Amino acid sequence: MNRVDYRKDLFADERDDSLAEIGQPTLRQDILGHVTGRSPYYDDHLFDGLLHIRCVRSPHHHARVRAVDCSAAEAMPEVLKVIRAADVPVNMNTLLSLIGFGKDDEPLLADGKVAYIGQPLVAIVARSLRAAQAAVEAVRVDYEVLPHVLDVEEALAPGAPIVNDVYPNNSFDYHERYDHQKLRFGDVEAALTQADHIVESTYQMSPIEQAPMETCGAIAAPETNDRIVCYTGTQALFFSLGVTAKQLDMPSSRLHFIGGTVGGGFGGKVDSHHEPLAVLGTLLTGRPVKYQWDRAEEMQVGAPRGGERWKVRDGVMADGRIIARALTGFFDAGAYTRLSSYAVQKSTGHLPGPYTIPNVASNVFCVYTNRTPSTAMRGFGITACDFAIECHMDKVAETVGMDPIELRILNAYRDGDMKAHRRSAKNCALIEACQVAAEKASWPLSPEASAASSLSGGGIGWRSEIPETSIDTAGQIGRRRQDGHGTDPYAGADTRGRVAAGHVDAEAKSALGNAPQDREMEADLERLGFKTGLDDRRADEIPVQAPPPPPPAIPRQSGSALFVARGNGPSLPSGFSPRSQPAPATVRPSAPPPSASGPDALARPPSPPQPSSGSSPLETKAQEEDAAPNALRRPTVSPFLRGRRR
Amino acid sequence: MAKTPVTFTLNGEEAATFVDAGANLLEVLRRGLGDLSPKYGCGQGTCGSCTVLVDGAPRLACLTLAETVEGQSVETTGGMADGPDLHALQKAFIEGFAAQCGYCTPGMLMSAKALLQSTPNPTREQVIDAISGNLCRCTGYEPIVEAILAAARSPRRSLGSPL
Repeated sequence: MNRVDYRKDLFADERDDSLAEIGQPTLRQDILGHVTGRSPYYDDHLFDGLLHIRCVRSPHHHARVRAVDCSAAEAMPEVLKVIRAADVPVNMNTLLSLIGFGKDDEPLLADGKVAYIGQPLVAIVARSLRAAQAAVEAVRVDYEVLPHVLDVEEALAPGAPIVNDVYPNNSFDYHERYDHQKLRFGDVEAALTQADHIVESTYQMSPIEQAPMETCGAIAAPETNDRIVCYTGTQALFFSLGVTAKQLDMPSSRLHFIGGTVGGGFGGKVDSHHEPLAVLGTLLTGRPVKYQWDRAEEMQVGAPRGGERWKVRDGVMADGRIIARALTGFFDAGAYTRLSSYAVQKSTGHLPGPYTIPNVASNVFCVYTNRTPSTAMRGFGITACDFAIECHMDKVAETVGMDPIELRILNAYRDGDMKAHRRSAKNCALIEACQVAAEKASWPLSPEASAASSLSGGGIGWRSEIPETSIDTAGQIGRRRQDGHGTDPYAGADTRGRVAAGHVDAEAKSALGNAPQDREMEADLERLGFKTGLDDRRADEIPVQAPPPPPPAIPRQSGSALFVARGNGPSLPSGFSPRSQPAPATVRPSAPPPSASGPDALARPPSPPQPSSGSSPLETKAQEEDAAPNALRRPTVSPFLRGRRR
Repeated sequence: MAKTPVTFTLNGEEAATFVDAGANLLEVLRRGLGDLSPKYGCGQGTCGSCTVLVDGAPRLACLTLAETVEGQSVETTGGMADGPDLHALQKAFIEGFAAQCGYCTPGMLMSAKALLQSTPNPTREQVIDAISGNLCRCTGYEPIVEAILAAARSPRRSLGSPL
């Protein structure tokens, strides 16, 4: 085996060098079973009289189920049981309800409507797979096909079909109140007006099926002590145990779950759908029951990595320093939540990537569409986000005419830097990773980049401080509204306009007719910051600060769709020039002079106006509105966000 | 449903069972005869997890009608070891870390065994070609290729159990 280079010279104080196992081949404890074919995967347990489950599945993206006729299937001699939604004691569940996160939004067997292709409606328990499949084909379902939505932004548009009745706005409700995860650090809007370049782009990542070699499944069988044993390929044995106990309304002490040997998972075996159905089949028939996906089901119904769309806008100085980064993310949950709400939190926690950027803002949405529900897969919530960020770093480097590795080294976290999450960065290693990568690729670096270190230059001055962060209405950190109804500086008019209206004005009706719009959510529109119908309001209702000087109007780079024209938002400043002519190291007078002396000297943009200290008529107006009945607008700066640390 | 008797040699021993018309060899080996080493991965001949040897040639058990192996010799990974002594390929897979989740491993071993029987000293290209019908979603192909080459280099003798 090749020697592994662990660069202990760089991390000598981070690791105990006595870890002799590191870098040495070590026998896997399970490998003898693997090479002899004796590893006990769930399907390697034999039972006499084993029954098989096949499911009737939706052929439509979105449809109301008018009627289901199972009589022909029930009459088949090989069929022992036809399981319908009503047979599941607790049909609705969400995986993370076990840790009190999210509402039960997904039925084990669809009831009343189907929201994605392949959603199970009816489960047939039969003596053989062939008989179960024949019975599936004998079930008659009367569907009323409904309009569907497969795109995250279209799902947030007014009038979009309601995918999931539990979340009729097509977005997960964080804390049952907020339609996105929000991160605010410093003042992105002010910084963007002072940047030499605005670099903006949109990135889209596809769903990816985990495609384990062993398809998902479980076998349940009665034990002799009034318990049910369940062999399962799950990656999350205790999730599966808890979900089964919940959905079958039985004490977990009656369930004997055996797992641990997984024929590949990669995140796709955490959804705990097979175990409840297999155990229910056993409860209803008293016989061993196997519920195993075939390969086609694994690919079509198996929950993939969710697709993500990221919109990134950076404010960059001519010397490569990124002084502002604004992101809007849309995580495609598919029709039901599963783990996507958590993935959004993960991605928000990952922003703005491993870079010390003094002004960061993000809104990330967990969006429901009529796609296959998505779930965990290897770094989900981070991978696509990093894909977007690192593509964007290359784009930034191209814009300022800088080496992409040196741009990363310039902006990288250093030990002691304050992250956007208000925690100090420690054990940073991006600079060293860049240096090693450059060395191994024989990629020349400048002497400054080669000499840079995560151990020096960080945690000094502003780099260690929590910046003054504007808060918007009702104490929610958010955007300081400079002009009230201008285009959204973070996400573009698209996002705001669409999210703003949501379903509030739409005629959209739930497929089941029992999912009224959440009036409370509407009342909180303003509080949500972005989810607001600002454009429909009178201008004088909007609290504003003294607007910044308008950026100079300059021609945009022709042929680039990535630099979006905005009526009154930031545009490319005058210092911009294409990559072939590296931008001059001059900035507009309002910006601090760039420094060539390294990251220590990274300039902060000047402090934006203090929203709470001014006494302009506009401020007064805003304060008066504070006392208005809705009492939602209190533009001020949180003492905590000024820099106090917990 | 009428059952058909089938007799064949399984890993050197006589085996007999009754099969349904149309039953595939994979189900008959696993559920009928209790040899669980061939795995179900796709049921449509695309993944190679169910690879067995029929008269020395690799065959996809999921696409092989059980009745067609009447009188033939079937080998599976379950019969590779000679008592406690592992086959050279098994030993090389262990030493070379050539298994992760292990689900593709029995099929890989069968394809590799067929290769080494016909081509005792294969080139790297021949190894890659031989396992081209076996998918590994853990994407551990490189160690697998290395292990097969190592097994081909090893002396043809019993290597003993490593564990």
